[in-house]
Amino acid sequence: MTTTSAPALDVEGLCVDLSTPSGTVRAVDGVSFSVRHGRTLALLGESGCGKSMTALSVVGLLDPTASVTGGAVRVRGKDTLRLSPAERRKLAGPVLSIVFQDALTALNPVQPVGRQIGEPFRIHRGLSRRQAEEKAIELMTRVGIPEPRQRAKSYPHQFSGGMRQRLLIAMAVALDPDVLIADEPTTALDVTVQAQIMRLLRDLQDERDMAVVLITHDLAVVAQRADDVVVMYAGTVVEQGTVHDVFTSPRHPYTRGLLDSVPEDAERGRPLPAVPGSPPELSAVPPGCVFQARCPLVRERCVRERPSLRSAGDGRSAACHFSEELDRA
Amino acid sequence: MTTAETSAADGAAPVNDTAPARNRPPRWWRLLGRDRAAAAGAVVLTLVVLVALFGRLFIGDHAQRQDLDASLRPPSLSDGVYGLLGTDVLGRSVLARLVDAAATTLSVAVPAVLCSLVIGSALGLWAGYHGGRRESLAMRVADIILSFPSLLIAVVVLYVFSPSALNIVLILTVARIPVYLRTSRAEAAELRSRLFVDAARTFGTPSRHIIHRHILPIALPTLLTVATLDFCFVMLTESSLSFLGIGIQPPDVSWGLMVAQGRQYLQTAWWITVLPGLAIVLTTVSATLLAAWARIATDPAQRWRLTLPRKRRGASAAVPPEMIP
Amino acid sequence: MVTFLRKRILSSAIPLVCVVLGVFFLARMTGDPVDLYLPLSATAEQRAEFSAAQGFDLSIPAQLWNYLVDAVHLDFGTSLRTGQSATEMVLDAFPVTLQLAGVTMLLAITGAVLIGSLAAYRPNSLVDRIASLLSMTAASIPDFWFAVMGVLVFGVSLAWLPTSGTLGGPEVWVLPVATLLIRPFGVLVQVVRGSMVSALSAPYVKIARSKGATPRRVIFGHALRNAVTPVLTVAGDLTVGLVNGAVIVETIFGWPGIGKLMIDSILQRDFAVLQAAVLLTAVTIFALNILVDVCHALTDPRVRQAVPA
Repeated sequence: MTTTSAPALDVEGLCVDLSTPSGTVRAVDGVSFSVRHGRTLALLGESGCGKSMTALSVVGLLDPTASVTGGAVRVRGKDTLRLSPAERRKLAGPVLSIVFQDALTALNPVQPVGRQIGEPFRIHRGLSRRQAEEKAIELMTRVGIPEPRQRAKSYPHQFSGGMRQRLLIAMAVALDPDVLIADEPTTALDVTVQAQIMRLLRDLQDERDMAVVLITHDLAVVAQRADDVVVMYAGTVVEQGTVHDVFTSPRHPYTRGLLDSVPEDAERGRPLPAVPGSPPELSAVPPGCVFQARCPLVRERCVRERPSLRSAGDGRSAACHFSEELDRA
Repeated sequence: MTTAETSAADGAAPVNDTAPARNRPPRWWRLLGRDRAAAAGAVVLTLVVLVALFGRLFIGDHAQRQDLDASLRPPSLSDGVYGLLGTDVLGRSVLARLVDAAATTLSVAVPAVLCSLVIGSALGLWAGYHGGRRESLAMRVADIILSFPSLLIAVVVLYVFSPSALNIVLILTVARIPVYLRTSRAEAAELRSRLFVDAARTFGTPSRHIIHRHILPIALPTLLTVATLDFCFVMLTESSLSFLGIGIQPPDVSWGLMVAQGRQYLQTAWWITVLPGLAIVLTTVSATLLAAWARIATDPAQRWRLTLPRKRRGASAAVPPEMIP
Repeated sequence: MVTFLRKRILSSAIPLVCVVLGVFFLARMTGDPVDLYLPLSATAEQRAEFSAAQGFDLSIPAQLWNYLVDAVHLDFGTSLRTGQSATEMVLDAFPVTLQLAGVTMLLAITGAVLIGSLAAYRPNSLVDRIASLLSMTAASIPDFWFAVMGVLVFGVSLAWLPTSGTLGGPEVWVLPVATLLIRPFGVLVQVVRGSMVSALSAPYVKIARSKGATPRRVIFGHALRNAVTPVLTVAGDLTVGLVNGAVIVETIFGWPGIGKLMIDSILQRDFAVLQAAVLLTAVTIFALNILVDVCHALTDPRVRQAVPA
């Protein structure tokens, strides 16, 4: 695994606003992280914490109701948020690409899969339809589709869920992107297939030296698969660091709560601990700490002042006024 | 699998009590007020209905009273109320005839829409809820009726039987039943597999009651929206038939018939043709706008659109696919 | 594909059979079908003679058999008005209506796809709102009134266009086609817009954009073909509905098509011709439904694949 010094993807202070019936809310609030070639960063959090929104703004695929209102997304020294649509399109595919959760709807139902997988070559390399199809067949072989030549002419509904996810991955890695964003790539699959897909992703990453941003709510996946982790809560980053550091000694009560709820670590015969309550609605995020309503350590200061993400040593950081106390607890 | 999501859900019980009032759906008239086009449509429709209901009380026999000396007078302010919109070739007041025709037109369109709504929905809910052979039979009948142009059916039937308001209502009812049948069948078929229906069935509730208490209330907004839009279609068909001379027969008068009667004087007396046409357009466009609004307002997933500031909102497609004649 | 087609042909044939039988029974429901064929002034002898000649004195099953045999031979009797064969008259009128309908639908579909897609690409934009309002209005204007207004403005006041007839250059087509076009166009714009909006928000469109596809490629390469299914269905139904419009347009503009033929035979009580016209229309609609099904199968692999139970 080679690592170059400059990060493949550098996100800084990203803010995304969302128009809703009850007004504009901030769905992503000052999120920063970076990933280097060959490394995997996990964005971990519950549904609605802003992790998918972050991913979509990185690749520029936000819905019209959402808009990026601040920050920078840098790849190859360029801030993609400040590029024209045409310049962005040049990056989409060869530099940045994405894999979605639901492969059935992510593949065009009325086009043969070979054509869809070959499309990046037609767009960016100007290959003919036949050449692109050859490339597609190579890719399908690589991701483990049996009889790729015949199957290239089939349509998405003729494949199983796992196979469709493989096709989607093949399409995403077609042009050897610097950064691959995988938005819950295995959520819709059964457990055995999940493992195969994760393995395929890892192999492709090693082979192509890609930076992978893995978006997930699955702690086990993060533990097995990622190098670094960013824990998100209510649109903000509450903790980040290497998976090893964060999982062995969490510095934020939310991360601690998540880890405590894993059955293996809990004591047998006792009720499984859970983080009480649920995240605040985005329209009602309190002025102080975002986690105050559910935090066991909450004090008066937490209500008054929002903790910033501060360094907690060894390249990790956490957004908690009292993160030192967690060490002792 | 252990996930952040499950751990959060475990303790999710006492949370959302903070803002119960804010999530209540806004009142429908508020929503109507927010959409100016639909509000205007509602006002026009109300006016048309009032005129149709009470207009005849005021105009007396002016719609039929001939005055050959006052033939083809243009609209003017000097000839009293009944000369306001001019006169036709027999010197009859166009205004009075418009009012009279409004009543005739609605007395065909409204019963036709109501009958097809009731019969079509009942059949559709029944077919959709039970499924199987009953469903495919009902759908096949709907397909057969819909695969023929309604005007063609009307033309043939009105040839064989005599053209009368009652026959027109009957034909239009039969011709439009499939629209409601398809819509309500789709709703019922979708709802019959829902948990609350299963629950009701488990308690031994008769299917008649399940359809009535659990399925109809959910399907009703959609059906009413479709009916509003269908009202346009029925009105247009009646006008076309009357225009062609096989609909409403003189001495009765409908807007379509008025257009036909004015046609020969088009070059000299435009008002006889233009005004009843405008009346039809105003009514149908109003109903269309109202239906477009109702589609959004009755759909909880879309209602929020109407609460947005004006510039962010868009009209959604007014015509559901099953509506097309 | 062949299985699919065979099944669709069979199920589309059912309405056709219904119409053929419907016309037969409808004509006999009034009591004496002679009433339909002969003028009201006909004497009792004329009626009896006609009844015997047409076989109306036979039993109902025998009449039905004769009727079906005649229908298969395309023999629907002779017109009382002209003495011509009813089938011939209908076949003469048919191409006029077919051309009118063909030109109209071609224009309506092309225009609606362009404008509907444009409106859908930026929902809630000015273009979108104008397109929505105009198409709603277009779909609710009575076509006969639109035609009369067209004649009044462009034919009488401005004298730019002829007010009726088929003789002349392309200008004779303008008003009839415009009249026939207005409703299908209005409806189709809304349908195209609706299905394009949902196609454009589908995940596969996001994926296409993530591959760096241009807006044109996204709309025409990915979204349109997915959005086309509902559009095709509606366009098929609208073409069926075009017969409604053809009756109006041909009457107003004096085009010798099938719609005018039908109205004339009604007003002059010429049942043989009406019957022939209705049945030929039924056959055309049958063919049209098959055509729509074939188009569905061509555009959507899932339809092609679905093996009917």
